[in-house]
Amino acid sequence: MRAADALMEALKAEGVKHIFGIPGGANLPIYDAVHDADITHIQARHEQGAGHMAEGYAKASGRVGVAFATSGPGATNLVTPIADAIMDSVPTVFITGQVRTDLIGTDGFQEADVNGITMPVVKHSFMVQDPRHIPDYVHAAFHIASTGRPGPVLVDVPQDLSRADIEYEPITETPTLAGYKPSTEGNIKQIRLAAKALANATRPVIYAGGGVVNANASEELRELCLADNFPVTCTVMGLGAFPAPHEQWLGMLGMHGTRAANYAMDNADLIVAIGARFDDRITGKLSEFAPRAKFVHIDIDPAEISKNVPAHIPIVGDAKEVLPKFVKEYRASQADRSRLDAWWDRLHDWQKEYPLNYEDSEDSEIKPQRMIHAMFAATEGDAIITSDVGQHQMWCAQYYDFKEPRRWINSGGLGTMGFGLPSAIGAKVACPDETVVCIAGDGSLVMTCQELATAVRHEIPVKVFLMNNGYFGMVRQWQELFWDGRYSSVEMGPSPDWPKLAEAFGVKGMMVDDKNEVEAAMREALETEGPVLLDVHVTKDENCYPMIPAGAAARDMVG
Amino acid sequence: MEAGTPDLIKLEDLDAAAGALTGRKHLLSLLVENRPGVLARIAGLFSRRGFNIDTLAVGPTEDPEISRITLTLDGAVHPIDQVTKQLHKLVNVIKIRDMEPGETIAREMALFKVSAPIESRAEIMQFAEIFRAKIVDVSRRSLTIEVTGSADKVEAFERMIRPHGLIEMVRTGEVAIARSKPDA
Repeated sequence: MRAADALMEALKAEGVKHIFGIPGGANLPIYDAVHDADITHIQARHEQGAGHMAEGYAKASGRVGVAFATSGPGATNLVTPIADAIMDSVPTVFITGQVRTDLIGTDGFQEADVNGITMPVVKHSFMVQDPRHIPDYVHAAFHIASTGRPGPVLVDVPQDLSRADIEYEPITETPTLAGYKPSTEGNIKQIRLAAKALANATRPVIYAGGGVVNANASEELRELCLADNFPVTCTVMGLGAFPAPHEQWLGMLGMHGTRAANYAMDNADLIVAIGARFDDRITGKLSEFAPRAKFVHIDIDPAEISKNVPAHIPIVGDAKEVLPKFVKEYRASQADRSRLDAWWDRLHDWQKEYPLNYEDSEDSEIKPQRMIHAMFAATEGDAIITSDVGQHQMWCAQYYDFKEPRRWINSGGLGTMGFGLPSAIGAKVACPDETVVCIAGDGSLVMTCQELATAVRHEIPVKVFLMNNGYFGMVRQWQELFWDGRYSSVEMGPSPDWPKLAEAFGVKGMMVDDKNEVEAAMREALETEGPVLLDVHVTKDENCYPMIPAGAAARDMVG
Repeated sequence: MEAGTPDLIKLEDLDAAAGALTGRKHLLSLLVENRPGVLARIAGLFSRRGFNIDTLAVGPTEDPEISRITLTLDGAVHPIDQVTKQLHKLVNVIKIRDMEPGETIAREMALFKVSAPIESRAEIMQFAEIFRAKIVDVSRRSLTIEVTGSADKVEAFERMIRPHGLIEMVRTGEVAIARSKPDA
């Protein structure tokens, strides 16, 4: 069998139904094999788009997302999604064409050392040197991408090797890799210790991150939180892991989190971190982070434990396996529920005193926060929302209540502007029966707006709600607050006429600039068949608050 | 400690153990798959995480599929625990051992080319003898000396020889093996 066909067989054996990508010289044999492979190929318009589509697909479904690119520039265009996928632990497999083996190292046409370039940002990578290894590498790639802490795996396939004739035997058993054995179960003694510490805590906080979503452990997280009256907060990656709103829900924490959540961390005596990694956007000034707290840290990646914040009770394992044991041990402790009453009095005070709020306009101007409220209303809180990166992302994280996991898809770690539209396309392909809305920024959307063509070409009815404020809004906010208002290259100037741009791609374009019409416009967009871009003109210079200024402590939030 | 017992953990008694700097030199012995690019992965990991390798030695083992990498790091600068955990994440790294100084035999080899005119030659040769070093090459003006031993010994020899005019020095970096138990 031709190696490229064996590659497809291996992908099918892994259950792959969709691939996102762009053909080119070095992956011609692979694309020839796509023809007969009974796999739906979504032709993106830029490899970065293909990569983010694979991510959106993976984040929405929990299945491994797959993207193809050719050698050289095709492969280098994948670098951003690969880096994005390592930061947010997205199970993805990237298969790149490489120049012929006799050209490797000669600076051949469209040659780039993609293996070397991506080495710092992959979970693992394979360079095919013997075509007979291709099926093995594909299976190993899926195994590595989807187990342990998920992440991106690259398989680089030289053009001539993908044309080789090899014997293909379907492989059924899980690949064994000498140096790769994630431990998932969690040390029971440590879990016991953690349960006891929690039973003795009077000011506990459960701090959950994207790892809970990745582990499909939201139900287990809920069980733990409800095993007592534990206050719970999530990172921007974890939103939806605990259903919001809820009487135990403090809101998101971190740089643009609620005061209640950040003050809770600041005053806690025990923080239980689950699938979260104490990112600088969470901790603020590290030396002043949660100074009164002891830490239980549950994570599948041992290297995350005590990386930024030393853990008192480290537990290495899969949240899905650890949390039920934790709950069982905790219940056995028969802790006194009323011990948390005084803590809740304080939390309620903060919630009452510092709710998320904004001043609505007196005229018809659309405040960005109001746009999110309208979005929540129009979607009835029941949509997959993907986001670009910036103010709109933070406002959406603050004001859109996510009841379920895999409903909020954004680029948290790398903060990749342009992530929203392609990831929406990927999410819609994965979940065709769900409403998929991309909340976009005008700075972000233009970075990947060519993927509107993909949505049209493949009839993928995503709805793009563009929060258009004419600025790189978050950067403008920082320049205003921390750089004395010396605005430097943050104004978008004569931005595209977005509805016209949409129409040029064959997408229905709409515009709204009246706050009394925004929800109706959104409903119209949602009811319209096919992809729609709704250009929402919002207040130009609104700031996203509250915020922990960079390098400041959580208790010093402003706004 | 049994589940369900009323003894509670006092939070103030909990200690955070990991992440601390040890303040001493660490010698890590890694078994890795013998594949192209493995060393690049390790070197890349060190550079992007800001870890600085003091010495590095790579060679085959008794198993042709597996190579040994021995590296030394300063535990006063780097949290060794974090270094080993990051190394473990590399799929090609099979095993890591942070060698215990008291239970390890560590050796390196160094070659010194020393300026050795007639008047000081005898003294240099005497040093070599004290250090059980070997003279491996000789010319009119210089001697080349091979020293094998712990890094401390090599450094001590260097200090002795340097005032005589050290022309060139090459060191391999330490390799190490665990001591066998006396009864084993």
